[in-house]
Amino acid sequence: MNFFTELREGLATSWSAIRANKLRSVLTTLGIVIGVVTVTLMGTAIAGINRAFVESISSFGADVLFVSRNSWFIMSEKQWLEEQKRPRVTLAEAGVLENQMQLAGAVAPVAEMNEPVKYSRRNASNVSILGTTEQYLFTSGLNLGDGRFISQAECDGGRPVCVIGYEVATNLFQNGEPVGQDVLINQRAFEVVGVLAKHGGFADDSSADNQIIVPLAEFTYAFWRNPDYSIQVKVKNLGELDDAQEELRGVLRRYRRLAPDEPDNFSIGQQEQFLELFHKVAGTIAAIGLFITGLSLFVGGIGIMNIMFVSVAERTREIGVRKAIGAKRRTILLQFLIEAACICLIGGIIALLIAWPVTWLMQKAMPAELSPAVIGLALLVAVLTGLLSGFFPAWRAARMNPVDALRNE
Amino acid sequence: MGTETVHALREVTLDIQRGEYVAIMGPSGSGKSTLMNLLGCLDTPTDGSYELNGNRVSEMNDNQLAEIRNREIGFVFQTFNLLPRSDALRNVELPLIYAGIAVGERHRLALESLANVGLADRVHHKPNELSGGQRQRVAVARALVNKPSILLADEPTGNLDSKTGTEIMALFRQLADRGHTIIVVTHEESVARHARRIIRILDGLIASDEPVEK
Repeated sequence: MNFFTELREGLATSWSAIRANKLRSVLTTLGIVIGVVTVTLMGTAIAGINRAFVESISSFGADVLFVSRNSWFIMSEKQWLEEQKRPRVTLAEAGVLENQMQLAGAVAPVAEMNEPVKYSRRNASNVSILGTTEQYLFTSGLNLGDGRFISQAECDGGRPVCVIGYEVATNLFQNGEPVGQDVLINQRAFEVVGVLAKHGGFADDSSADNQIIVPLAEFTYAFWRNPDYSIQVKVKNLGELDDAQEELRGVLRRYRRLAPDEPDNFSIGQQEQFLELFHKVAGTIAAIGLFITGLSLFVGGIGIMNIMFVSVAERTREIGVRKAIGAKRRTILLQFLIEAACICLIGGIIALLIAWPVTWLMQKAMPAELSPAVIGLALLVAVLTGLLSGFFPAWRAARMNPVDALRNE
Repeated sequence: MGTETVHALREVTLDIQRGEYVAIMGPSGSGKSTLMNLLGCLDTPTDGSYELNGNRVSEMNDNQLAEIRNREIGFVFQTFNLLPRSDALRNVELPLIYAGIAVGERHRLALESLANVGLADRVHHKPNELSGGQRQRVAVARALVNKPSILLADEPTGNLDSKTGTEIMALFRQLADRGHTIIVVTHEESVARHARRIIRILDGLIASDEPVEK
């Protein structure tokens, strides 16, 4: 008899066996349901966090190089002490990069600090104030929701204007148009000329929405005479990112007169670095999380194995009859394997029906995503659990001696 | 102490021809069950040989035995041994499923076999909806559906009242008259007397082997 007939007959037999023991099947399935639900929710949470992080990281454009005094990720105390000796990044260096780099499309120096902000009787603390130039619009990839961005003339001339983030706008101007109004940043009045579009990001904590951008000259005049700059360099062509980075290094090293054997005394960051580190950390968390939740699936698998042993024992006579009239070992093995796999598959489907609304609830509190990959994986894991835990009982059934099996009462 | 090897059968030499109707008799412990298991290809002898229809059964492995049982042997058991959750038709189809016969042909053969034992109107009844006699008829239909060389019955009337028992034995008689080879294992003289030849086993040996005078 060919494999497909065997499979079909196995399915029919298994289905009637499962239906004949409804309560038992339901209870056994429960173990698998709980196992698959926990694994699925874990997978869902991990997938959601991954996606949210990648989304929020995308505010660091993939085609932007970030020049700063210190590295983004400092791995040791020695490195930290080393980097403390580095000179600050200066405004002049931003000018040099803008003039000398062939591969740069836009160069924006950025200085940042936190100041209290006030409009009428409403206050906002912990707003980051960014001093930069009109180029920042290109390097940051931000979009305007209303009004306009600061202009080159305002940057050169130092007019007290500002562009505010979406969250700042909603906090300070609960009803009313921000554009044209004056906000007080550290007691100084700045006219709002534009509002940024909502950016969103990781778990609603988006610094891009909670910032105010002012002309750099105004920033140094009003808040901080000699700030710690960083420089954002947007590359003309994403394909030339690595070349551009080398060019940038060369220009800056020449400007700083570094000897060939001296290491860089500045750092160049890019989005890639963030993603790499994140994936390393997230991978570890995912592995541990899935292992722990996988334990509950393991317990469910033991339940399946247990009940399959019972099923084999109480159908010993049936196995004997089937063997007597010509069932081979393979046929019996398959019959019980399919039964175990079916119980688990049903469990997997029920689990997904539970996980789906739970994911929906989870999305209110944290990023979560029930992706097709997770669904497929959950079902696959369920069936595999069935096959693995059903194998030993099925093997025992397949190897039964028909004479002994028939004698069984 | 320890395990002791018991030779249930010794020095048994037996020839059964096509078309014979044989009864094997003996008290419990005589070795008749062992002989039946050997004849039914459920077991192989530790020593000696068994040839069925040109196949040397005594040297076969598990899967070959399963195949030969499917093709050559039709079993009828004392306790019917029907699958309780399947209807009569499906029970009768089972050997055909294992033989790999396609659905349409399977249905036709199974229906025909059920009609041959007089159950054409009971095909969709489950075993618990049938009387003892009817169940045994389903079992006979299942045993014969693959057109086996031997119909092997182990105490076929043991779980039936005497009236239905007689009916089943009459059915066997009809089958024998149509040319089926039938071997009935029993300890009841009245059942054995339906056969044309009686082989008596005692303490693992053939005590007598003679035709039944009518």
